[in-house]
Amino acid sequence: MEVVTAPKVEPEAVRRRRREVLMEWLFLASAWVALLLTISVLLAILGKLFADGLTRINWQFLTSFPSRRPEEAGIFSAWVGTLYVMFLTAAIALPLGIGAAIYLEEFASRNWFTRLVELNINNLAGIPAIIYGLLGLQVFVRWFRMGESVLAGACTLAIMSLPVIIVASREALRAVPVSIREAALALGATRWQTVRDHVLPLAIPGILTGTILALSRAIGEAAPLVTIGALTFVAFLPKSPLDPFTVLPIQAYNWVSRPQPEFHRNAAAALIVLLALLLLMNSIAIYLRNRYQQRWRI
Amino acid sequence: MKASRAARWAHWQERLILVLLFASASVSVVTTLAIAISLGVEAIGFFREVPLIRFLTEREWTPLFAIKKFGILPLVCGTFLIAGIAMVLAVPMGVLIATYLAEYASERVRRVLKPVIEVLAGIPSVLYGYFALLFVTPLLQKFIPSLSGFNALSPGIVLAFMVLPTIASISEDIIYAVPQSIREASLALGATKLQTTFRAVLPAAGSGIIAACLLGFSRAIGETMLVTIAAGQMPNLTLNPLEPVQTMTAYIVQVSLGDVPHGSLEYRTIFAVGLTLFLMTLIFNLFGLFLRERFIRTFQRFA
Repeated sequence: MEVVTAPKVEPEAVRRRRREVLMEWLFLASAWVALLLTISVLLAILGKLFADGLTRINWQFLTSFPSRRPEEAGIFSAWVGTLYVMFLTAAIALPLGIGAAIYLEEFASRNWFTRLVELNINNLAGIPAIIYGLLGLQVFVRWFRMGESVLAGACTLAIMSLPVIIVASREALRAVPVSIREAALALGATRWQTVRDHVLPLAIPGILTGTILALSRAIGEAAPLVTIGALTFVAFLPKSPLDPFTVLPIQAYNWVSRPQPEFHRNAAAALIVLLALLLLMNSIAIYLRNRYQQRWRI
Repeated sequence: MKASRAARWAHWQERLILVLLFASASVSVVTTLAIAISLGVEAIGFFREVPLIRFLTEREWTPLFAIKKFGILPLVCGTFLIAGIAMVLAVPMGVLIATYLAEYASERVRRVLKPVIEVLAGIPSVLYGYFALLFVTPLLQKFIPSLSGFNALSPGIVLAFMVLPTIASISEDIIYAVPQSIREASLALGATKLQTTFRAVLPAAGSGIIAACLLGFSRAIGETMLVTIAAGQMPNLTLNPLEPVQTMTAYIVQVSLGDVPHGSLEYRTIFAVGLTLFLMTLIFNLFGLFLRERFIRTFQRFA
């Protein structure tokens, strides 16, 4: 009786298969090294920040003005300035951004001008923040004579945030089903009435989410405001939009540039407050987005 | 006739709204023009006093000193040195992470990791500067004793993690957008998953990934606060990352914080530098956008 043996497997194929497995393992390992490195850097940044600055935060720190003595210095003018600039920026940027998005999504025909506007928006999104600062310096501080004020800062940040707001608003408008528009038009509404009374209300949550995210980026920016003349030592609160001011990131920058480690502690504390503000804003944006997703039952 | 009056009023209201909306949309075009004009006007004033050839070829930048030199090379060199270090780290890491997330990672893993990378993008640059100056530089100094307190290496490394989210996120979208038919064709011909990824999918995504890198590089050269805090304020024409350097953006900050009288030559220098930076980022951005458009158009027929 013949014993049936399996045909001999070619060693070449085994070698190739083993190399293949090794290469795949190598790729996955490198990807995970990169991921773990990234996560560690994030944890190191947050860890160092909180280790340095968390204990510095107290009521005195939040309600004092900057001072030459680090123990007495505080961020009162800085966080008031940040909030003031942020709300003014939103007031300027929202109408412009939503208006542009509505025009591009609902009214514009696909001609060369529309394409030019879209190209511009894409391009403006990639321009460094400090260039917007130079723009603000020339146009708002000098030509419009706003001076080195909250208003000039808000206008500059508004222009900087526009591309993000426009893109987010367009996405929100696009998400509204066409049937809603068709129903309104069929009942005799004009195009603007359709948008104002039917499309826009449904798109508002998405628009708000995008705006909050754009604003949270803007309040972390120090460069454009430094260029338009925001000060680094402000021992008063801005009362009117034409007053000089400072913001949290600039105050932190000022303190971290000093040699004394006590000022570095202050800088860390100021940055923690800034991060808390960013976290709050992003949480609101995420909450709005989740609520909005539940509303869609159509 | 009441009906027709109401109708006419609605018609004019409609027209007015259209004009307002059109004006809002035009703001973007106006902004680009305004940037070009506001930079250009002051820069022209600068170049009337300092010839362009001197600006481009002189090897020192000391407009704020008594003996004034106006060569932009040290600032450009500082900018590119730091951005170069960042890209050397960020491109491989970003593409690796993007490939893994798009092709290999499970939905659960992706849901956890993507927000983490997004958080990195949301960290204010002043915080990155703080980290670079007070954590990374001292840490590196333990291994490289000759590293000066202000240097190009530390902000370069930190900048890599700042642009990583941009490169990884755009690349991941690109890889995800490569049509499934390409993967299926490769697998049907007997290729393994790894071979499919590296010999079919990634080459197809090539131009899109290059676009992501260009946009990341543009972000890197435009970064301001990180390099102002950690790299120093000394213009330095060098390729040695252990020395202090000054970037174009850091110089603009330096002048803005000082008391330079408006309309003076020193004041105009920030616009000349700003114009140079603007033109550079414009070129990289437009090229990156063009490549991304080309990628989308190439694969539209497979959709």
